[in-house]
Amino acid sequence: MSVNLLLFKITLLLYFVATVCYLIDVLAQKDVAGKMARWVLSGGFLLHCITLGARWIEAGHAPMASLHESLSFFAWAIVGIFLLFDLRYRLAVLGAFCTPLALGLMIFSLGAPGEIKELNPILDTWWFPVHVSLAFAGYAVFAIAFAAGVMYLIQERLLKKKRFSGLYFRLPALNTLDSINYKCLSFGFPLMTMGIVSGAIWANMAWGGYWRWDPKETWALITWFLYAALLHGRLTVGWRGRRAAIFSIIGFLCLLFSFLCVNWFLSGEHSFRVLAGG
Amino acid sequence: MNIIVVGLSHRTTPVEIREKVAFAPTEMEKPLRQMLALSAVNEAVIVSTCNRVELYACTRDIDNAIAQLRRFLADYHGLDDAVLAPHLYDYYGEDAIRHVFRVSSSLDSMVLGEPQILGQIKTAYSYATEHKTAGLILNRFLHKAFSVAKRVRTETSIASSAVSVSFAAVELARKIFEKLDDKTVMLIGAGEMCELAARHFVSNGVRSVLVTNRTFARAEKLADEFGGRPVPFAEFADYLPQVDIVLTSTGAPDFVLSADKAEEVIRRRKNKPMFMIDIAVPRDIDPRVNDIDNIYLYDVDDLQGVVAANLKGRKKEAKKAEMIVDQEIGQFFRWLGSLDVVPTVVALRKKLEDIRRSELDKTFGNLKGLDEKERKAIEALTAAIINKVLHQPTLLLKQSSNDATSDGYIDAVRALFNLETPNPDDEIKPLDHFDGEGKRSHG
Repeated sequence: MSVNLLLFKITLLLYFVATVCYLIDVLAQKDVAGKMARWVLSGGFLLHCITLGARWIEAGHAPMASLHESLSFFAWAIVGIFLLFDLRYRLAVLGAFCTPLALGLMIFSLGAPGEIKELNPILDTWWFPVHVSLAFAGYAVFAIAFAAGVMYLIQERLLKKKRFSGLYFRLPALNTLDSINYKCLSFGFPLMTMGIVSGAIWANMAWGGYWRWDPKETWALITWFLYAALLHGRLTVGWRGRRAAIFSIIGFLCLLFSFLCVNWFLSGEHSFRVLAGG
Repeated sequence: MNIIVVGLSHRTTPVEIREKVAFAPTEMEKPLRQMLALSAVNEAVIVSTCNRVELYACTRDIDNAIAQLRRFLADYHGLDDAVLAPHLYDYYGEDAIRHVFRVSSSLDSMVLGEPQILGQIKTAYSYATEHKTAGLILNRFLHKAFSVAKRVRTETSIASSAVSVSFAAVELARKIFEKLDDKTVMLIGAGEMCELAARHFVSNGVRSVLVTNRTFARAEKLADEFGGRPVPFAEFADYLPQVDIVLTSTGAPDFVLSADKAEEVIRRRKNKPMFMIDIAVPRDIDPRVNDIDNIYLYDVDDLQGVVAANLKGRKKEAKKAEMIVDQEIGQFFRWLGSLDVVPTVVALRKKLEDIRRSELDKTFGNLKGLDEKERKAIEALTAAIINKVLHQPTLLLKQSSNDATSDGYIDAVRALFNLETPNPDDEIKPLDHFDGEGKRSHG
C-alpha cells in the first residue's frame, strides 16, 4: 500500500472518531465529547493535508483528477471550511452535521479505485488546480450552508411544534443558523462564480471555446442560478429563515448531483473516464 | 363548617375551554353575588386566571354546594353541563385546604414556583372583600394561604431559579433571536403577567419597548416605566413591522390580531422573524398565526412545555414545599373544626366551670368556718350565676348554627373567653433540616 493510501485510511479513522464524538455531544449532550471531537477532527484535518501533499508529490499533479481524489479533496475542503467556521461560531452541533458528510465522502472515496493514473494531457496546466480548488472551496462552503439549513429546519420545526426535546437545547438560535447560511452564501457564491469563470477561461484555452454546454457545465449553471436567485431574494425581498434554508439544501443537492452523477453517469469533458484518460 | 373548591385548571382543561369559563376582572361583582345567593353557599371567592378558574366557598352541606357550584359555573357562561363536567374537579375538607395552599404556593402552577399566582389570588380575594362575599372563614383561610406561600418562598429555593412564564418566554426568544439587545418589544394590553414578561425582557437586554392599551393613559404610564413609547390602540398594527417580540394580554373577547394581518406584517418586515406571546385568555392572537413562516406564536399552554423541560431540578424543593403545606394544613384544619357549635359550647362551659372551681377552692380556703350546708349553698349560687350567664350565648349559638353568622359568633366567643383554639396564624417552626427524601430530621 502506498504511503498516501495508508495516511488516507488513518485520516478516515480520525474523521470517524470525530463524527462519533460530535454525535455523542449532540445526542447524549456531553460537552466533553464535543471538545474531544474538535481536537480529533483538527488532527484528522492536519493528517489529511499531509495525505494530499504526499499524493501530489507521488503523482506529480494536483490530487483532484480521479473520483477517489476528488471525493477526498471535497471532504478535506468541507472539514477545513468547517474548522474555520468553528473558530468563529464554536458550534459543536454544526460539526455533528458536517463531519458525517465529510466521512461519507471519504468512505465513497475509499470505494473508488485509489491507484494513481497517468494524467490526461488536458489537465496538465495550472488552471486545473485553480479551477478545481475554487469550485471545491465553493462546494465546501455550500456544504456548511446545507448543514446549517438542515439544522434550521429541525430547530424551526421544534419551535413551531413546541417540542422541547434534547435537540432543541443543543441546536443554536434560528438567527445564528440563518446568519451562518447568509455568510456561506456570501462567501460561497463568489467562489463558485470564480470556479466557473476559471473553468471557462481554461476551456477556451483547451478547446477554443468558453462554453460548450457539456452536462456538467449546464448543471453548474443551473446550480449557480439557484444560488444567485437565493442571494438576490435575500438582499431584495427578504428571503430568509425557512425559505433560505430550503434553498440551500436544494442548492447543495444540485451540487452533489452535478458533481457525482454528472461526472459519473453522463458523458462530457468532466466525466472521470475522460478526465482520467481512459 | 366546610371549605370547598370547585374549578378547573391547565392540568385538566385545554385553553379552548378555559377561555370560555374565565371571569372578566371588570365584572366580578355579578358572579360573586350570584354565587353567594346559592342556598348551600355561605361565603364566596372566585379565582380566575389564565390557567385556572376556581370557586372557593364555605358550606354546611358539601354535596349540595358542590352540585350548585358546578351548575353555576356552566350556567353563568352559558355552557352545556356535559361539556364542562369532565374537566371540573372539586375538593372539600382537608383536600380543599391542601389544594388552595398548593395553588397559592405555586406548587400547582404551570411554572412551578412562579410568583404571579399569589398576586392573582390576592386580587381575587380583594374582589371578594370589596363585594363582601368573603366571611370569617375564607378571610382567615386565604390569609393563611398567603402566609403558607410566603413560608414556601422563604424556606425553599423553589422560586429562586427564576422560573416563570416570563422566564420561559425569554428563553424561547433566545432560541429564535440569540441576542435580544437590538430587539423591540411591543406590549398589547397592560395585564400583570404581560408587564412582568416585558420587565424580564428589558432586564435581559431589550432596549426598545412600545406599549399600547385601550386606555391610552395607561399605555403612557406603562411606557414611561419602561422608558418606552406609547402607541394608540387603534394604530398598533401599523407599528408591528418594527417589532420583534409581541406580548399580548388584553381583555378583548375576540382576536386583536388576525392571521391575515400578521401575514401582511411579516411581509412588510421582509420576513424577519417575530416572536409572539399571547398570555391572554381568551386569546388575543388567532392561533393560525403560528402557521405563518417566520412567526412563532406561543400561548400560555405552550409555555408549559418549555417549563416542563426545566422542571427536574426543582423536584427536591417542591417536596420540601409540600411538607410545609402538610404542616400548615393540620393547624388550619384544627381551627376550622373548632368552629362548630357543640365543641364551642362544651369548651365554654368547661372553661367557666374551671374558673368557678378554682375560685371556690380559694374562697373555701379562706373561709374556714363554713359548714357543709353553707358550702353547698355557695356552690349552688355560683353554678346558677354561670348557668344564667351562659343561657343566652348558648341559645344564640345553637339558633345560629344553621346560618352564616354562627362562625362569627363562635370565633368571637372563643376569642372573648380565650378558649383553647388552635390559632391558624401561629408561627410554625421552619423546616430547617431537610434531607430531600421527604423526611424531616430533627438534628
